[in-house]
Amino acid sequence: MLTAKSTVGIVGRMLILLVLISILAFMLVVNAPIDPLTSYIGAESTLSQDARDEIAEHWGLNKSAPERYLNWAKNILSGDFGMSITYKRPVISIIRERFSASIILMALAWMLSGILGFAIGIIAGLRRGGVFDRLVKLFCLVLQSSPTFWIGLLILSVFAVSLGWFPLGMAAPMGKLAAEVTLGDRIYHLILPTVTLTIVSIGKITLYTRQKVTEIMRSDFILFARARGLSTRKLVWQHVMRNISLPAVTLQFSSFSELFGGMALAETVFSYPGIGTATTAAALGGDVPLLLGISLISALFVFSGNLIANILYGVVDPRVKGGGNYV
Amino acid sequence: MSKRALTFTGLNARSRMIIYISVAVVYLACVFVWGTLLDPSAYAVRFADKFIPPSAGHIFGTDFMGRDMFFRCVRGLSNSLVIGLAASLISSVIALVFGISSAVIGGKFDKAVLMCVDCCMGLPHLVLLILISFMLGRGAKGVMLGVAFTHWPELTRLVRAEVLQLRSSQYVRASYKMGKSRMYVAMRHIFPHVIPVYLVGIVLLFPHAIMHESAVTFLGFGLPAETPAIGVILSEAMRHIATGKWWLALFPGLMLIAAVLLFDVIGENLKRLLNPSSAQE
Repeated sequence: MLTAKSTVGIVGRMLILLVLISILAFMLVVNAPIDPLTSYIGAESTLSQDARDEIAEHWGLNKSAPERYLNWAKNILSGDFGMSITYKRPVISIIRERFSASIILMALAWMLSGILGFAIGIIAGLRRGGVFDRLVKLFCLVLQSSPTFWIGLLILSVFAVSLGWFPLGMAAPMGKLAAEVTLGDRIYHLILPTVTLTIVSIGKITLYTRQKVTEIMRSDFILFARARGLSTRKLVWQHVMRNISLPAVTLQFSSFSELFGGMALAETVFSYPGIGTATTAAALGGDVPLLLGISLISALFVFSGNLIANILYGVVDPRVKGGGNYV
Repeated sequence: MSKRALTFTGLNARSRMIIYISVAVVYLACVFVWGTLLDPSAYAVRFADKFIPPSAGHIFGTDFMGRDMFFRCVRGLSNSLVIGLAASLISSVIALVFGISSAVIGGKFDKAVLMCVDCCMGLPHLVLLILISFMLGRGAKGVMLGVAFTHWPELTRLVRAEVLQLRSSQYVRASYKMGKSRMYVAMRHIFPHVIPVYLVGIVLLFPHAIMHESAVTFLGFGLPAETPAIGVILSEAMRHIATGKWWLALFPGLMLIAAVLLFDVIGENLKRLLNPSSAQE
């Protein structure tokens, strides 16, 4: 399995990559034409020029970009992400609150799409060329080509508007106090966003599983197993599953980046108060600290997915096991 | 499917692939040209006809300002195609240069390119697009450049892998032994082999670029609200969907999917045609 040396290597590369990503994000944000001071105090403020200079001095806005980056990085390392301008609260507490709401959504959709996609993929792969298989393939191709927010809008208009089965959005009923919101309310409001995100992410895993199953079914050891008189059910459990389950799990882990993007769009459609809507609000409102904080967290999120995927590759594939370069 | 179709039309798989490709290209070109030349009065504001459901006069219905949705969609799709085209061209050139050079030069440069790739893929794509659009102060330029400069990493990896395979092949090594320079080998031996991967890569980049463009526009960073673009149309539709105006969302989305799917058809068929091992099936 993992040697001590390769573990150190992974962690080292991870840190370097995070630093690079933070520099990239910082550079992008710093070069924005939006003046952080104006977005903080508002455009119609009557603050005198002296007072403005004082705030700029206090924030270190007159320093050079590398100095500001170092300053920011130092604060991040001590756990201080700064204050959000839009929400007037510490960034870290917003991220914690919003991310926990989004994590539930993403985890549910991730697992549902994984399990359903895997099962459908196996069935379709076993019946390659049949009606079911062709329908699945067509469906998945269309799904992969359709924008997340459009699927969200359709689901919203069918299930929430026409049928009225589900609420239009938000994480809790309107006008209810936060303390009164029950678990049932939350689940009720979570269903449509989850369904949307599941549908959007199911295409890739289904097509992948289907392809793999077909390949494996053509291999010699399956022919041999069939010759021994193994039933299809046993064949699937003993040979097919073993060969494709880990690669499929790996694929699911490496799709965190798309999951995050899909989540952001789905949240916007259903106005679900998660990290996705916070990202849009931060970028539209010129809220630099929050935007940077979210970028870092999302990079960490994607990174952990890729890391798990790469380690799993090493576990699954004996050819990769020897090498130490996982990331 | 294939066998029956074969006897029906008397065409082999290769000809059929070419037909698929041409039909898709012709359709997309028509939408593009029609959209660009379209008279803006076709989707002008007419408050008298607002919220007309799909009918013979307005096959996609009209929106809250009485604009005809069909013509807006065509115009919007052609806008998307322009952005997609620019994005795939820029991204693919970056990918080609980086991919070939990193594989040929190797060493530190290779590592640096891979680091860049990891860096760009380390942030969720949408977040990166939002950051770039934020840097450029939103608007059309932000989307254009954002979409153009974020689609190269995957293609770079593909090209690099292809070149790495070629690099150890007999004829490349023979060429080195005969004293040819790296530049010569890259241009004369490696470049022609990468072209198929590259062409398919461009076509398959296209749908991604269009989808991302509309996603960013949908979130409110992209094209301004008065431009007819699929993302703008859909984010307007979101405001009216609660009152049951389903046609505002359904048809523009279908148009977008059709375009994306057609690019996929072109890409997949090209891949099979250009790949010698499957071209003769």
